[in-house]
Amino acid sequence: MLLITCPYCGPRPEIEFAYGGQAHIARPERPVELDAQDWAEFLYMRTNPKGVHAERWRHTHGCARFFNALRDTTTDQFIATYRTGAPRPDATETAR
Amino acid sequence: MQKFSAFELFRQGLSGQTGWKPQWRSPEPKQAYDAVIIGGGGHGLGAAYYLAKQHGLRNIAVLEKGWIGGGNTGRNTTIIRSNYLFDESAGLYDHSVKLWEGLSQELNYNVMFSQRGVLMLAHTVHDVQVFKRHVHANRANGVDNEWLTAEEAKAYCPPLNISNNMRYPVLGGALQRRGGTARHDAVAWGYARGADALGVDIIENCEVTAIRRSASGAVQAVETTRGVIRTPKIGVSAAGHTSMVLGMAGVRLPLESYPLQALVSEPIKPVFPCVVMSNTIHAYISQSDKGELVIGAGTDIYTSYTQRGGLHISQHTLEAICELFPAFRRMKMLRNWGGIVDVTPDRSPIVAKTPVAGLYVNCGWGTGGFKATPGAAHTLAWTIARDEPHPINAPFTIERFRDGHLIDEAAAAAVAH
Repeated sequence: MLLITCPYCGPRPEIEFAYGGQAHIARPERPVELDAQDWAEFLYMRTNPKGVHAERWRHTHGCARFFNALRDTTTDQFIATYRTGAPRPDATETAR
Repeated sequence: MQKFSAFELFRQGLSGQTGWKPQWRSPEPKQAYDAVIIGGGGHGLGAAYYLAKQHGLRNIAVLEKGWIGGGNTGRNTTIIRSNYLFDESAGLYDHSVKLWEGLSQELNYNVMFSQRGVLMLAHTVHDVQVFKRHVHANRANGVDNEWLTAEEAKAYCPPLNISNNMRYPVLGGALQRRGGTARHDAVAWGYARGADALGVDIIENCEVTAIRRSASGAVQAVETTRGVIRTPKIGVSAAGHTSMVLGMAGVRLPLESYPLQALVSEPIKPVFPCVVMSNTIHAYISQSDKGELVIGAGTDIYTSYTQRGGLHISQHTLEAICELFPAFRRMKMLRNWGGIVDVTPDRSPIVAKTPVAGLYVNCGWGTGGFKATPGAAHTLAWTIARDEPHPINAPFTIERFRDGHLIDEAAAAAVAH
């Protein structure tokens, strides 16, 4: 079980959390101008990297707030967790 | 190829069974092939076999980064069934079951396909309604599936606990009698042996590192850890790593890769006559011919490539197994492991052409790819050979996510499956 550091509550066990998939996917500002391919990209297409992944988590059974994390999907080690709205941290590994 | 038969076994016995030859070669990669398959699991080896057997393409190679059958082919719980809700799925999965039924004969290799029946348990009123709907939909599609009461389920699978002292008592189940299990390694080895005999080069320890494309965008070659190989056609059957391989050609897919766990118990005498699945409380169990109970757990909640998975996921499944089958409470588990499964948003696979000319993909089988091995291989081979899909895999495109023609088995089952 992973130990996940909620930016609001500190380190807590994984079972307190829900996973929210890839982070930093902004909802289109002018949806009416999108064609089907753009919608497919927004709704379904995912980077699915083998390496550092920026992803959303929600501390469902704690503060219930969403936050973002950088995690290496080859080791499951968290590199950083940060609040929603903050930019993706410039971890050296993110260049990979 | 040495043919397996009772006579051959007897004849080899005269020389102490020392006359058997390796069942496939280990060739050096050539500089060019007419087609290259990336991924030496059952799906990829099978595609090479059908390309050579049915489409006359003999100058082909299967590239495997590890050893054949060492990925998800060797990591699954070997369950085979075709009782999916939608017409498209019924077509594809039942195509597979029909191929399974003749596969040992086709390959002259015993894949130990055992149609012992797959029983899917219902624990809630919602389950009962959904499963009965599945039974009717399956029958309308010519796929066998029948509803059993709890007592009938107990008669079919005697170890099952149908008392009311469970958190989620068994209310009944859907039984597909044509479903069952097969020997996973034998599937990879049988296809490898058959493909090799038809001239296919199976190249292990050969990881693809890049895909080269021409000025017009069509595939030209693959760069591998064993050199550059030119080819006009590439079929990808890379399961959890498909996003990485297609990323080399600039193709994005609606896939996320999750660890899925399985475990086996110490071997015991025959005690478990069928396959039992419970999607609601997350337990999948059968008994292998070696006597081990083969148990499947759920996926972790987060994407990962670790081939492990959290221990609490297995624990959750074992709690369900112990409630369903109290007789197993004192058994020890021998091993557990994980495989990386590529999951689509609608939990249906993609077997299709890609936007890149000459590049074909077979992916997105999620947690249930083993059952589809022959069907996926057969339709992928057809798609590669003719540059157009077989009618059976025609709905399973990438474009369905753009056009809204999802095949939503995710909603139909309400869980990953």
